[in-house]
Amino acid sequence: MIRSKKSLRGFAALVGVAALTLSACGSSNDNNKTSSGSSGSSKSSLCGKNIAFLGALTGDAGALGQNMVNGINLALKEYTGKHADCKIGLKTFDSQGSADKAPALATQIINDDSIFGLVGPGFSGESLATGKTFFQAGLPSISPSATNVTITQQGWTTWHRVIGNDDAQGSSDAKYLTTTVGAKKIYVIDDGQDYSKGLAGKVKSELGSAAIGSDQISKGQTDMSAVVTKVKAAGADAVFYGGYYTEAGLLAKQLRQGGFKGTFMSGDGAEDPNFVKVAGAQAANGALLSAPAGPAPSGFAASGLYATQAYDATNIFLAALDAGKTSAKDINSFIGSYTGTGASGPIAFDDKGDIKQSTIYVYKVANGQLDVNNPEAIK
Amino acid sequence: MDLGALFGNLNNFLDFTVGGLVFGAIYALIALGYTMVYGVLQLINFAHSEVFMYGTFAVAWTFILLHGTGDASWSLGRALPILLVALVAAMLMSAAIALLLERVAYRPLINKNAPKLIALISAIGASFALAEAMGLRDRFASWVHLDHKLANYVAPDKARDVYSNPVSIQPHGLFHLGGYEVTDVDVVVIVAALAMMFALDMFVRRTRFGRGIRAVAQDPESAALMGVNSTRVVQVTFLVGGLMAGAAATLYMMKIGSTRQNAGFILGVKAFTAAVMGGIGNLRGALLGGLLLGVMENWGSAVFGSEWKDVVAFVLLVLILLVRPSGLLGEALGKARA
Repeated sequence: MIRSKKSLRGFAALVGVAALTLSACGSSNDNNKTSSGSSGSSKSSLCGKNIAFLGALTGDAGALGQNMVNGINLALKEYTGKHADCKIGLKTFDSQGSADKAPALATQIINDDSIFGLVGPGFSGESLATGKTFFQAGLPSISPSATNVTITQQGWTTWHRVIGNDDAQGSSDAKYLTTTVGAKKIYVIDDGQDYSKGLAGKVKSELGSAAIGSDQISKGQTDMSAVVTKVKAAGADAVFYGGYYTEAGLLAKQLRQGGFKGTFMSGDGAEDPNFVKVAGAQAANGALLSAPAGPAPSGFAASGLYATQAYDATNIFLAALDAGKTSAKDINSFIGSYTGTGASGPIAFDDKGDIKQSTIYVYKVANGQLDVNNPEAIK
Repeated sequence: MDLGALFGNLNNFLDFTVGGLVFGAIYALIALGYTMVYGVLQLINFAHSEVFMYGTFAVAWTFILLHGTGDASWSLGRALPILLVALVAAMLMSAAIALLLERVAYRPLINKNAPKLIALISAIGASFALAEAMGLRDRFASWVHLDHKLANYVAPDKARDVYSNPVSIQPHGLFHLGGYEVTDVDVVVIVAALAMMFALDMFVRRTRFGRGIRAVAQDPESAALMGVNSTRVVQVTFLVGGLMAGAAATLYMMKIGSTRQNAGFILGVKAFTAAVMGGIGNLRGALLGGLLLGVMENWGSAVFGSEWKDVVAFVLLVLILLVRPSGLLGEALGKARA
């Protein structure tokens, strides 16, 4: 997901003054010495070294980064449980989700010899800002959450992600609207930002003739009456909106108030409880919000959106370790040919670094609440 | 370009027009603050947008205080008692901020006879300070260890995020005008805006204070020689502008329902545009400019697409100023006849 960079930037600058520098450490647990070497593999030269995390730990989207770190720590803890003699640490770098802050941290990461792999970057903006640095340094990376389509089109062969990109989400959303919802006339709206245009554009092109019209509002717009009139005049039975929760909420609210009775659907930028607050419970009911991430499997010990993806990304690095890979080049080619099933689903990468098979989930608003625990997978 | 979208169907045409009028009424109420201050001081109060923004928060806080944080959808009638309290709270809050602005950002400069440009810069600075203060309200509360007690109001860690009124007001259709179902909320917004505009017009034209305002607007020095307390007149001007912004904030929250720390910015720019379009310094011009801007934005959205609506509004402004440099009703506040 691309969080809105512009609004984040101001906030990030302010938080930067007061924020604590989070220095996370790997779960160093000496108790494991008692459970003596259950694994027979010989000790890797990477033991005692670190995985890095780059993403937002404070700021507007700080909670998402914390979820990812929880997922990473869980994977590392499980690994230490199995390999008492080989401890892998975690170094976290807090970008606050900002594409401005990330490049300096990327330089720190590539100059740190103890780091052999990166889980991250968290968001698309910072991924695009740092991808070249990591690629030139040859540091392999796996992002748990950056979904912009263009990142994997840059030719950065060290860059991977374990989450479906916006194109995957767009085509699934279009399919869901036409088959499951049964909509025949769909009006597509976006807010003109990169993420929104990409997602809405993909939905529109997948819909083909079922897309009966499109319009673009602007970020920060509050009066949607013109768009509402257009939707009604077009006789649409569904609206797809690409954008973030504030404008999505206002649009849903004013569509309902204007008498629109059809289905309202939006993507992961709007999948936030604030969507319901802005739209009001009554107008939000029945809204469909898609996201390329599902709920964690039962019994999974880390909670929150993207925790499973971060856990899976970490486990791929640890699997490379177990396979005896030590150089950055070897680890990178190991990731490229990796196949397995993680907590978030089956994982394998195509030659660009995109996940081959990803599931998009639809979250529903019912009884004035966004139901985050029971999404429907789009098949 | 799609002229058919606007003119092809009378129902749609009315729909776009009425939708524009409702928002235009809110622009007009905010525009009054700009135009009053300009009329008296020949100074553009750029911080007026924040005066409005504080009013929107006062409305949300009143609802949280009297209703709680549970999400609810109420009809206008059911919400009316709290709305009236919220109206008073918003008007008081906005008036207080406007008076504070006058005291801190303007009076010291006016007393020193500073050039108008300095006051303009002071206004922009005050605008930033006020908006950021609202965005850091959780921080201020934590300094006095009240952030947890006041969590619903200061929204810890979310102070810069969108902030919604827990009660969303569900409009009910009254009658159809073409394809547009005119709702009770729309009627209240337009009628309230017109009524307030009328009252303010009367205040400036008929009352003693109004005469003082007009006198200072015409010639501050002569007015002072005739015994008009110009400091008091300036204060009243800011106060009245603040009261109107508070009313606009209540109507806005009724219609839109959520706000944020920078919500004033875009509306402020639009309201300022409306004031200039109608003839800045002219009260009736503010009303005309506001309604015209609202309607033109919607027509522009219909014909060119919504991404062009600001372009249409500002091109219109340029055209009007080319033909009538002082705005549509370019008559200054001071020249208004009693």
